[in-house]
Formats: sequence, C-alpha cells, structure tokens
Amino acid sequence: MIAIKAQELTYTYSVGTPFEKTAVDHINLEIEQGEFVGVIGHTGSGKSTLIQHFNGLLKPTSGKIYINGTDLWAEDTVRRAYRVKVGLVCQYPEFRLFEETVYKDIAFGPGNMGLSPAEIDQRVRQAAAAVGLKPKTLDSSPFELSGGQKRRVAIAGVLAMEPDILILDEPTAGLDPKGREQILSLIKAYHKQRRNTILLVSHSMEDIAKYAKKVLVLSKAGVVMYDDVANVFSRAKEIEKIGLSVPQITRVFELLRDQGYPVSDSIYTLEYAKQELLRMLEERGVPHA
Amino acid sequence: MEDIITAREITFGYPKENNQIQLVLRGVSLTIQEGEFVAILGHNGSGKSTIAKHMNAILVPNEGTMTVCGIDTKDEEKLYDIRRQVGMVFQNPDNQIVATIVEEDVAFGPENMGVEPSRIRELVDQSLEDVGMSEYKHHAPHQLSGGQKQRVAIAGIIAMRPRCIVLDEPTAMLDPKGRREVMRTIQRLNRENSITIVLITHYMEEAAKAGRVVVMDDGQILYDDTPKHVFSHVRELKEVGLDVPQATELCYELRQAGYDLPEDILTEEECAQALCHLLERGKAV
Repeated sequence: MIAIKAQELTYTYSVGTPFEKTAVDHINLEIEQGEFVGVIGHTGSGKSTLIQHFNGLLKPTSGKIYINGTDLWAEDTVRRAYRVKVGLVCQYPEFRLFEETVYKDIAFGPGNMGLSPAEIDQRVRQAAAAVGLKPKTLDSSPFELSGGQKRRVAIAGVLAMEPDILILDEPTAGLDPKGREQILSLIKAYHKQRRNTILLVSHSMEDIAKYAKKVLVLSKAGVVMYDDVANVFSRAKEIEKIGLSVPQITRVFELLRDQGYPVSDSIYTLEYAKQELLRMLEERGVPHA
Repeated sequence: MEDIITAREITFGYPKENNQIQLVLRGVSLTIQEGEFVAILGHNGSGKSTIAKHMNAILVPNEGTMTVCGIDTKDEEKLYDIRRQVGMVFQNPDNQIVATIVEEDVAFGPENMGVEPSRIRELVDQSLEDVGMSEYKHHAPHQLSGGQKQRVAIAGIIAMRPRCIVLDEPTAMLDPKGRREVMRTIQRLNRENSITIVLITHYMEEAAKAGRVVVMDDGQILYDDTPKHVFSHVRELKEVGLDVPQATELCYELRQAGYDLPEDILTEEECAQALCHLLERGKAV
C-alpha cells in the first residue's frame, strides 16, 4: 500500500510579494507503507515545507497530496482525522511542552481523540515506556527534566496518538552522541514492533546510514533521489555537489577506490567497512598479531 | 601569549528544592591563551555549557576565581568590559536576533558600543561577508532558515570585533553545508584575525579541527590535549557517552583485530592513507 503520495505537489510562500518563493516545486513521490525513510536536504531545500503537507498543516498551492489513498484537501472534514494518523514531531519539540505533569502532556493528544480514560491511560504508559521514561517521571513537571528527557516526553506525546505515519524532523538535534543513539534506537525498535511508516529528517548522514532503509534526497525544491541507502550513498560525488555530505566512512572508501583498490562503493556504516577491510586484509595475507 | 581566560578551581551549582545545591562544576581549572582554538566536548549535563557561561560572566563561580582578559568576573562594574571582549553565540539563533532587518541586527552591537556610523557600515558589511550572508542584508530575519539566522547571529558578534568568541553548539541546527561554512568562518577568524575561539560541540569532526580539545565529564575535566591525543582514547570516550570520528573508530576496530595502524587518525585522508600502507604489506590480489 502507498502511505504517502504526492502528485505535482507545489507550494509557494508569500505569493504576490517580492519575497515569493517556491519551496516545493512539482514533486511526485510515492512512499510505501512500513518504510523507514531518511530525509536529507540542505537548508532551504524544501524538506520542512514538504513534510508539513503530509499531515495537512500546509495546503498545496497546486498539486495533490494523498495519505493512505485519501486526497487530504478533497473535503474539509478529512484533515482532522489525518492529523492523528500522521504524527509530526517538529524540531525542538520540547519547547512545546506545556502541561503541569509529564503524564498530562503525553495525554493531551489522545485526550483530543475522544478515547476512553482507560484507553488514554494505557496509551500514555505505553508511549512513555517506548521512549524509555520511567513510570515515576510521569508525575514530574516536564520543566524539571533535562533537555534529553524533555525531548522524549515530546516524542511520547506524538506516539501516544499511535500514528500510522510518524515524521520526525531532526529529533536528535542538540543531543550528545549517547542521547542521539538512545532516541534513534527507540524509534527503530518502535518501527520494528509496529511496522508503521517512519520519515526521519536528519542532517547526520551517519545516523541516516545506520537507521534508515531508504533515503529521500531533496534539493532546490525537488526530489533528487529516492532509493535504498546503499544506492544513494554510492553516488557520493553528486550528493556532495548539492551541499550535502556522505558518512565519513563512505569518503574513506571513495579515497581507497581513487587509489585503485577494488572496494565496494556502497559502504556506509562502520560495521560494513570493518567487514570489507578485514576480508581484504585476509585475502592479501597482511600480517597481524 | 597572554592568558585570555583563566579558571582556578571553580565550583558552581544550581540551587535545588530543599536548599540543596546541584553541583555542575567541581573544581575546574583551565587556562586559554590568546589566539587558541579550543573545543569543549562532553555529554549533556557534563558542565560544558556552564563553563562557557562563566567565560563572559553570565554566571560567576560559587568558589574559585574566573579571570577573563585580566578581569575577575565577580567585579560587576567591569561586566561591560568583559562582554565586549568575549562574545557569545548560542545554539538557537531565534533567541539572539533582535532587529527586523538583517543588517540592523548586525549593527546592534557596534551601535551600542558608540562606534561611528561610517565605521558601523564597514563592520556590518565585512561581518556579513565573513559569514556569507551579504545578499540577505535587507531581508527580515524571520524569512531566513535556521542556518542562515545562525550566521547572522555570528555576524552580529564578529561586528563587535571581540578578542574571543565562545560558541555554544552553534552548528546544532545547521545542515552539512551550513556547518562547513560556519566552521570555515570560525577557523578563518581564528587564523587570520587571531580571535580566540572556544567551541562547544557534539560533532567530533568539528572538535578534530581545533588546536586543543577539552573533554568534560561530571563537572570535571577528563582530558585536555591535542585532538589526536584525546581521540586516541576511543573506549574511554565511549564510556562517557561521547563518540570519535568514524575514521578513528575504524582504525581502532582494526587495531583490536590485531592490525598495525596508528592511534592518531582523525580525517578520512589520514585513514585512507594508513589503510593503503597496511594493504600494501600484503600481496596484490
């Protein structure tokens, strides 16, 4: 099933003013249900504008956006339902926490869905557990928590709505390496368990390489590539040309290839790199301790 | 070279409920000389932002002394002198932009310093050029992307021509291109204008570009050395929740497997070169 379909999708800011700017320009795209997609693009490439169409926050200037086959803008009544089906964790979501307790903050979304109190309670606890929050944290004020903990609360608030499609806009910005890995591992586990569609917007190519299965590359308001991670990062030179980068490990292998070594062009994680090198070192009989 | 920042056994804590103190810095001593480029690493809560805020007297130590450009930061009458010599750039540019037009925002600092209008013009133009934002000088900041706004915020600091700039995760919100541009700007300011740079970052590849890396853990300094020495402690860094560049980690892993590779690899070029040397020691296939 196609979870997200964009057809000639176009969005222009400030139409009719000197600052008129088309941020999304005739994009055609189909994302299958259950995919884990990394979204990359330089600042101003249109990625934030594009993802805001997926839950109906922005209305296309022209073109269509379909979620699970439904045209979001065909009737005014459908969009509310899709705000829940498509969960968007925006950048720095912890700035949008507002409730007295962590529990109430996570319960806000499901509370607006007309669920029973028992169901809400269950969802809050499940979502909190999914992001690794301890039950006793639920009674704290979200404002007493550290930045990383607040981020988890904000993500839990979206997970509690049990969206079919989960979009995370730079969920690890500003976190330290350990915090980054924890949040992304939790998201990966959540994806494995629920098999829902996940879009992860990130500037960290290392994180995309490690967690996503496919990569959507945006540049200048259009889609440049949408393919498996290995295929995308094997086009390192094109990616660097549009102001993005590939993981450092991929660049190391590019240099080895330039030197004439027959190494694979689709090395994008440390683990693959290590295996590939150990194989070559073994083959050549390089002495080791 | 003159010492620009000197921390002597400084201790700092935030008050908690029930009159207790949450200690964030536990007796930190650190000296930074004029012209240095120092990166500070540490996981969230390690105290790295807290020490940065001591560097232009946003915070003052509970115990110990902090001296900036020869001035004790506890001397409130000298706050102005400290802050015009040590500028600070924060993570979120939205909290740092005050004007409605880019060039006016950059002019805000020099205007407050009583600089002559014609000189302000020069400072603003030069600063915007340094961060690659000249073509946006007549734009409103809200029309810019996060990365562009951050470059404007940096321009606003540079326009005051400080002796030292402290940047607290300035690239956390930027894309790779924006990050490279900001890093290049920072390196150029350090090299060509001899501005002392203190860079707080979570990106190991950025820290690798500094002349010196300070690693903080639990309110204390764990390492203070050149990037090559600091990043050779792969396992210890991972234990305190940090990372090393992928090139460093790959060499570390291969060393663990018994292969002879140097411990001080940081960049992809060094890594590829070392791997070529290693592969040449076997027979061609």
